[in-house]
Amino acid sequence: MRTEIRVNGVDHAVDVDTRTSLLDFLREQLDLKGSKKGCDHGQCGACTVLVNGVRINACLSLAVMHDGDEVTTIEGLASGEALHPLQQAFLTEDAFQCGYCTPGQICSAVGLMAEIAAGHPSDATADLNAKVILTDAEIRERMSGNICRCSAYPQILAAVRRAAGAAA
Amino acid sequence: MKPFAFERARNVDHALSLAAAAPGARFLAGGTNLLDLMKLEIEQPDTLIDVGRLPLADISETAGGGLRIGALATNTLVASDPRVRSRYPVLARAILSGSCVQLRNKASMGGNLMQRTRCAYFMDPAMPCNKRLPGSGCSAMGGLSQAIALFGASEFCVAVSASDMSVALAVLDAEVETVRADGSVRRRPVETLHRLPGDAPQVDTDLAPDELILAVELPPPPSGGQVWRKVRARASYVGALASIAVAGDRVALGAVAARPWRARATEAALAGGASPREAAEAELVSASGADGRKSLVRRLATDAIQESRKGGRS
Repeated sequence: MRTEIRVNGVDHAVDVDTRTSLLDFLREQLDLKGSKKGCDHGQCGACTVLVNGVRINACLSLAVMHDGDEVTTIEGLASGEALHPLQQAFLTEDAFQCGYCTPGQICSAVGLMAEIAAGHPSDATADLNAKVILTDAEIRERMSGNICRCSAYPQILAAVRRAAGAAA
Repeated sequence: MKPFAFERARNVDHALSLAAAAPGARFLAGGTNLLDLMKLEIEQPDTLIDVGRLPLADISETAGGGLRIGALATNTLVASDPRVRSRYPVLARAILSGSCVQLRNKASMGGNLMQRTRCAYFMDPAMPCNKRLPGSGCSAMGGLSQAIALFGASEFCVAVSASDMSVALAVLDAEVETVRADGSVRRRPVETLHRLPGDAPQVDTDLAPDELILAVELPPPPSGGQVWRKVRARASYVGALASIAVAGDRVALGAVAARPWRARATEAALAGGASPREAAEAELVSASGADGRKSLVRRLATDAIQESRKGGRS
């Protein structure tokens, strides 16, 4: 089915099998292998990408659902050689071991920052009607859709905290 | 995943006419549950009607002082709306306790209501399940799953609803507005949108195949405290073992039935002056299932009702 989709600033007009997940489209047809397939059932977050600036699991979406959308993957975050602040923070804090979940973790954290800026609450927000303060409990809750089997959670938390602090 | 035709609905009428013409079709909004089940071939629609771009995402005030939430408002949008947060905190809390941000960013109001059970045996195509394959038997009865129904189960199915959000909607007396291809518009309480399993557990709701959810409408919030509590096996991103929504003098339990379960006996007991614990017990006398789960619900309900009487809106 004809689908027009903008990925990392590049327009693509393609014919895709209706069954193709957004994740498979990115990996297999555009050769963007940064987004990872972990569980393929929306349980691990390794496939997290940004669609129109909002983080979603690319495995639980069909490419044909994204006609006209703008997708950003891990490959689209850096500006030339200049890393995105979250990429740099993950390096600085050594926030990974095997690295398989890392692209999803970083895209997820980019989405998290936008959600904080927009004032979205979470399950960890004590007062739903007050300005959200990005505590460690908030970061943990908001990153709960991204699993790390190496269990680099303390470093991931530190990286997100570092990037959020730099942005504030 | 089985092959299927994909239709992009241009407007509501187009979506309805497509559905009327293709009885095996399913409406697709966020897809977070339906696509997952299609990968497992538990769902095998021959046509998907993508309604995701229809203009049904608005949240607006109603003339009666309530709130009308479009069927395509994402779970994130609803839980973040200042009116929901200040007037219906039990709804914001219920939504925020469900799933993870990535899924809530995509999941819609209508889709959340239409999600299917997460019963482990329904999700495992290798196991008998009357909801997935009518007549094959129920593996959950006597199985390992903890999340089985305390109320409204049948000899054919003990699956529970997976929706946290619907529990809050039920306690708020919310209604679901739908439209069919013949133009008929209908309203149902969220509380009774889902069928109890009876002898046809494969049928989750009484919605017709060509019936599309347009919106959920909340009446003005009841006076008194609102409380949401969810018990789960880990701190985040997992379904409820049991949940409860309290709003004023109303109580609804979650993950204990195939629908959000308004605890009418509890409400009546409270109205008659019973203590929170006595009121919780009033509902549980009709519960089936293991004592441990009943004990969990008893303590959860007692605690939440006590909390609500402090008038807090948490």
